[in-house]
Amino acid sequence: MDILVCIKRIPDISGQVTLDASDTDIDDSSLGHTTSAHEECAVELAIQTAAATDGTVTVLTVGPAEAVEQLRAAVAVGANDGILIEAEDPGAFGAEDIAQIIGDVIRDRAEQGQSFDLVLLGNDAADTGDFQVGIRLAYDLEYPVLTGIQTLTSGGDSAGSGGSGTIEARGIGPTGTEVFALELPAVIAVQEGGVDPRYPSITGRMKAKKARIAEYEAPEPGTGNPRIGLELPPEKTSEVTILGEGPDAAGALVDVLEEIGVIRS
Amino acid sequence: MASIPTQASVVVVGAGIVGNSLVHHLAELGWRDMVQVDKGPLPNPGGSTGHASNFIFPVDHSREITDLTLDSVRQYKELGVFTQSGGFEVARTQERMQELRRRMASAKAWGIESHLVTPEEVVEKVPFLDPSVIVGAFWTPTVGVVDSVGAGTMMRESAQAKGALTVSPNTEVTGIDVENGAIARVHTTKGVIETDKILIACGVWSPRIAAMAGAAIPLTPAVHQMISVGPVPQLAEQTGEISFPIVRDMDTFCYERQHGSDVEIGSYAHRAILHEPDEIPSIEAAKLSPTEMPFTDDDFDPQLEQALELMPDVLSNPDVEIRYAINGLLSLTPDGAPILGESPEVKGLWSAAAVWVKEGPGVGRAVAEWMTNGLPEIDVQGADIARFHPHQRTREHVKARTSEAFIKTYGIVHPGEQWTSDRNVRLSPMHEREKELGAVFFEVAGWERPQWYESNAPLLEEFGERVMDRTAEWDSRWWSPITNAEHLAMRERAGLVDLSSFVIFDVFGPAALDAVQSIVLAQMDVGIGRVVYTPVLDEAGGFRSDLTIMRLAHDRFRVVTGAAHGMVDVKWFTDRLPETGAQIADLTSSWTTIGLWGPRARDILSQVTKADVSHEGFKFGTARTIEIGSLTVLASRISYVGDLGWELYVPMESGLRLWDVLTVAGREHGLVPVGLGVYGTTGRIEKGYRAFGAELDSERSVIEVGMARPKVKSQNFVGREAHLRHREEEPKTVLCSLTVDDHTSSSGEKRYMLGGEPILSKDGGPLVDGHGRHSWVTSAGSAPSLGKHVLMAFLPPVEAVLGNQLTVVYMEESYPVTVAAIDATPLFDPDNESIRR
Amino acid sequence: MTLVFVETDETGQVVLTSAEAVTFARTNAEALTALAAPLPAEQPSGHSATQGEVAQRPEGCSDESLRVEAAVIGALTEAATNQLAALGVDRIHHLEHPDLEAYSAAAWAQALVDIAPETGTVLASGTPRGMELMAHVAVRTGARMAANVVAADEGGLLRQVLGGTAFERLVLDGDLQVLTIAGHACTPEETTATSPEVLDYELDIAADDLRTRVVRTEVQAVDGNDTSGLTQARAVVGAGRGVGSENGFGEVLELVDHLGGALGVSRVVTGLGWRPHAEQVGQTGSRISPDVYIACGISGAIQHMAGIEGAKTLIAINTDEESTMVQRADYAIIGDLHEVVGAVNEEIRSRRG
Repeated sequence: MDILVCIKRIPDISGQVTLDASDTDIDDSSLGHTTSAHEECAVELAIQTAAATDGTVTVLTVGPAEAVEQLRAAVAVGANDGILIEAEDPGAFGAEDIAQIIGDVIRDRAEQGQSFDLVLLGNDAADTGDFQVGIRLAYDLEYPVLTGIQTLTSGGDSAGSGGSGTIEARGIGPTGTEVFALELPAVIAVQEGGVDPRYPSITGRMKAKKARIAEYEAPEPGTGNPRIGLELPPEKTSEVTILGEGPDAAGALVDVLEEIGVIRS
Repeated sequence: MASIPTQASVVVVGAGIVGNSLVHHLAELGWRDMVQVDKGPLPNPGGSTGHASNFIFPVDHSREITDLTLDSVRQYKELGVFTQSGGFEVARTQERMQELRRRMASAKAWGIESHLVTPEEVVEKVPFLDPSVIVGAFWTPTVGVVDSVGAGTMMRESAQAKGALTVSPNTEVTGIDVENGAIARVHTTKGVIETDKILIACGVWSPRIAAMAGAAIPLTPAVHQMISVGPVPQLAEQTGEISFPIVRDMDTFCYERQHGSDVEIGSYAHRAILHEPDEIPSIEAAKLSPTEMPFTDDDFDPQLEQALELMPDVLSNPDVEIRYAINGLLSLTPDGAPILGESPEVKGLWSAAAVWVKEGPGVGRAVAEWMTNGLPEIDVQGADIARFHPHQRTREHVKARTSEAFIKTYGIVHPGEQWTSDRNVRLSPMHEREKELGAVFFEVAGWERPQWYESNAPLLEEFGERVMDRTAEWDSRWWSPITNAEHLAMRERAGLVDLSSFVIFDVFGPAALDAVQSIVLAQMDVGIGRVVYTPVLDEAGGFRSDLTIMRLAHDRFRVVTGAAHGMVDVKWFTDRLPETGAQIADLTSSWTTIGLWGPRARDILSQVTKADVSHEGFKFGTARTIEIGSLTVLASRISYVGDLGWELYVPMESGLRLWDVLTVAGREHGLVPVGLGVYGTTGRIEKGYRAFGAELDSERSVIEVGMARPKVKSQNFVGREAHLRHREEEPKTVLCSLTVDDHTSSSGEKRYMLGGEPILSKDGGPLVDGHGRHSWVTSAGSAPSLGKHVLMAFLPPVEAVLGNQLTVVYMEESYPVTVAAIDATPLFDPDNESIRR
Repeated sequence: MTLVFVETDETGQVVLTSAEAVTFARTNAEALTALAAPLPAEQPSGHSATQGEVAQRPEGCSDESLRVEAAVIGALTEAATNQLAALGVDRIHHLEHPDLEAYSAAAWAQALVDIAPETGTVLASGTPRGMELMAHVAVRTGARMAANVVAADEGGLLRQVLGGTAFERLVLDGDLQVLTIAGHACTPEETTATSPEVLDYELDIAADDLRTRVVRTEVQAVDGNDTSGLTQARAVVGAGRGVGSENGFGEVLELVDHLGGALGVSRVVTGLGWRPHAEQVGQTGSRISPDVYIACGISGAIQHMAGIEGAKTLIAINTDEESTMVQRADYAIIGDLHEVVGAVNEEIRSRRG
């Protein structure tokens, strides 16, 4: 099965953020960049599924030239090649634009003989959290779409290029694990938790350096980004409650655990 | 949370290895009421200590750093946090093998056990290393790893246990008040602390804190990349933190160390990535810690490839994953040395910055001693914060030099190697002329100084064999036989030397005599116009400096000292002036100095002046103003090259005119421009003149360096008591001059030592003096007048015997040497007739 | 008009987040209306109402555009109707069809699209289902969508971005805006109870929209002690260097057992070979998000903290009050971990009786 995984270069945030001078974006000058955890899981699922079906994994991103780092990082853990759709200011695009751009490139690749049975995305990006690019892309491609998927099991006839085959997908629903059976080609948005993304090996990293990256130029934004600006919440100071000193405080701690409801009866 | 004390004897900023070691040693030395703050939490506040690789290779080419490292290892062992692993420095090239041979010289010189070993011997201890990619290695069994956070915690807690220290983590310094040039109080996020001392030991943030007081700590945060890969099956079988030696892959500027089942790979091979101290992210905004910056893969990829070559079995395993990767921040300084001591800019502002884990506890002890009694046991003068000239404190200079220096961390650095960045900062008035003469400039303290002049190349033919040419590339790198030719021309005719880089300052005022008298060893109550060369001692009788003082008036003394150490001298004198009655004025940029020396010097000078410059009319050791054409020139008849002549001082703007006048007059006398190669090495070494920083340091006494005078002046001066005591004691070591008897190496090529080599007994046994020091070459250079290569070295007194046959080891080969002088007696012109004619 | 997709649980109750969403719609009705164009007189098209009164406006609503209507897919219980009435809903669209019993986002979304207004707002709570349905609705109606909205005023919408560390202000152009409301952006508020009319529909489900239907639902089994146990556990007990040795995990493991949780350790512990790497929590181990994380003898190396950011409640047991772990914790006990954890185990045993 040939799989395309769409990933996004995002600032690697774990704590406080500051805004840039325009107040429309965060100041990422001292931040590293990464991809969302959902997307890392999508890459991992793709690698496992491709390995099981003797297929390939291609990673795609719409982003600045530096986003090639994220493509290479995916190649380092096992993806085969990458597609960079270069957009100097990805923040200028709306979710509709991104879906359209990716759809156009997927069609272009198909014309050039590279078609995908499955397109994976993260459920939502850790920075913008739009929750809609995958679905918009699916409509654009006229593929069925699932979101919130954590694991995949490839079904019957696999490696058919550009279409045939089925896949079983699982995600957490309100009452348990929901199982979907899907005919390919399809779009699936992945939620973290089903698989542990691997770290790159050194040989993987070596391979990534030489990875084949197809390059496209993004068109001008169409719908555009509806963002007016960013605002930071007021600073929170979380104060620790000291339950006590030594073994005497055990009772207070058990009270807390009972309140949370984690003590096995 | 406890509030912060409102008063402190000292506020220590930083709770990394340096700050923690400092509070421990200060408490040991009796300090109480100390406050230690760190903006981060304990025990790991997020500075460079927290991500240090924590291994220690004891051998460094610098004696000072080696001493600090050995003292640190001793302390880590006492704390029980040192694990000996042994360490290899592996060479992939023959050039590196030569460097490792040179490293053997340093190991022997400092008395540290090390061996050169074959690739097979490396693989015996590190079986997963591919022996085919290396040609050999330098093995040091005493290499080990430490727990620097654990050690720091114990040291900090020991100070707390003494009741000497209040520790306040999560406390940021927000301001420093300076009153009358001295520290008055420190503002923090938890309150204001009245204090007259702040000790800045917060690594990469140090410049930021110092700047709050208007002072400079010229270091820059720079990236050192590090990854951790694992789990490695070959390591997982072992229990514990480290069971294999650490490997430094010297040619790829990388190291590999075991960390449980992981291998940590660190690199100094990438481009220099500098950060601004003010732009380091806050603890809240940092992904990991503030000093663990986002990893930049591209910079590290080439190193990965090389690491893979060295340890293919371990690293090509697809299950071995890159689990941790950072751009770790560490501190770099423009000259590579730490920044220690009290700032010359603000009284009471102390720095202990740009210190590595391997030196931390040693630096802690040294700076604590320095703060307590003015005198660290280990000589750390090379790291004195006062050493920086103004331009060296600028951000631009720091960035330029650290960018250039970064790659030298594991590089092969020739002792003569010159910087290429931030040059032409300080130019003498003769600079353009010198360029026309093909001067090859070496830089000291920003000054561009001609080392030799290509225009003198024709002299090579004139002096033929006597120029003692060198064929070995290493020996002749940053060197030219022209220096030796210039030397011979000066000795036979005359030479003109640009000495603009001198640091010159006046001590003046009604109490000027008392001031200089109390600071220097020599009698300063001398006639006006006398020139006195004198040691400057510390309280223990060790050398702080050696310099020349001219008495220009009853209340004015002009101090002339070297460029490299001059700023430290200025601070030393300033700190010791009486409250009133004497002041210091730095005249370095007002005066230029031209040296005129050689048998024809008087002929040349008398041609351009009507003043009486005869031997009787202008006695040796005197200075006075003379007219040279329309210039008023302060002429001083002394010499550091051992020949008749004068130092001629004129205002900077007249320097070029004086140079031209002398050049024209000298033409018929065969005057040649002479570079610093003669002034700094060949001229002085055949005269047995000692140099500060090479032969003279705080460890050896005036007696041991052979510079004792017949009498000690009755007036008190710094170090007098200790000096008197030294005069009564048997010297523990004796500074000697040695000549190399045979230069022929095993390959037949003649080799010339450059300094730093160990001196052994004739049969190759170690020589250890009464200080416990092994003998090594402190200075080396051609003595063209003698046709000899001369070495200076401290020898155990029993070995300091004229004619004693010893051995010098150079690049792991032995050469015979003979003791030629056991005191300051010059090998050339022992009776100093040339000077006094 | 604002149409709110309302989720109900197995017992037919309106779920909390949907109650929040209804409240949000009602309390922000003016702002939401201002942000969309005025409601046209005609009712929405594209559906087939089975009752004639569908087109009538409910009584007592002074402004058509401020109306809040709810859509419930599947069974509509009386309880839910009453809840929605209490929350001030003006009308309930009841969408029930055998083909909608098993969840299929496309089919559910189309059902909503059929009753969605041409002008106004369609919103749902920011649950996985709400997010997914609203995205489908947005595409099918040609509207723009904003996820995780927390506030609305005339200047625009405010929504959570960057995992909640910042807010984005935005305006969605077009006559219809589609939103999801971030969980706990407001608390459900009852108001003067309405008596909403309930509209039932005869739905026409396109086969194509059933391609992504759930084929079965599996009740999850609780996992064992592998890494997934660690990342899924509701309670994780963390142990660091403070444990002292390879044999020092007794009390900690007993506590793990009491909580039916998992053991997580710091990098030092695996580095020293005391525990396997699979148990490592942090930058180079697992990242966990349990309901409670109890850090025993872990000072809080930043690498470790990176792995426990997701913990909802953080409890520290440490000798050092100034340690990072204690400073960042919600609750802490200062003391030796062996003593404290031992006492906690005993307390749990004794309470159990």
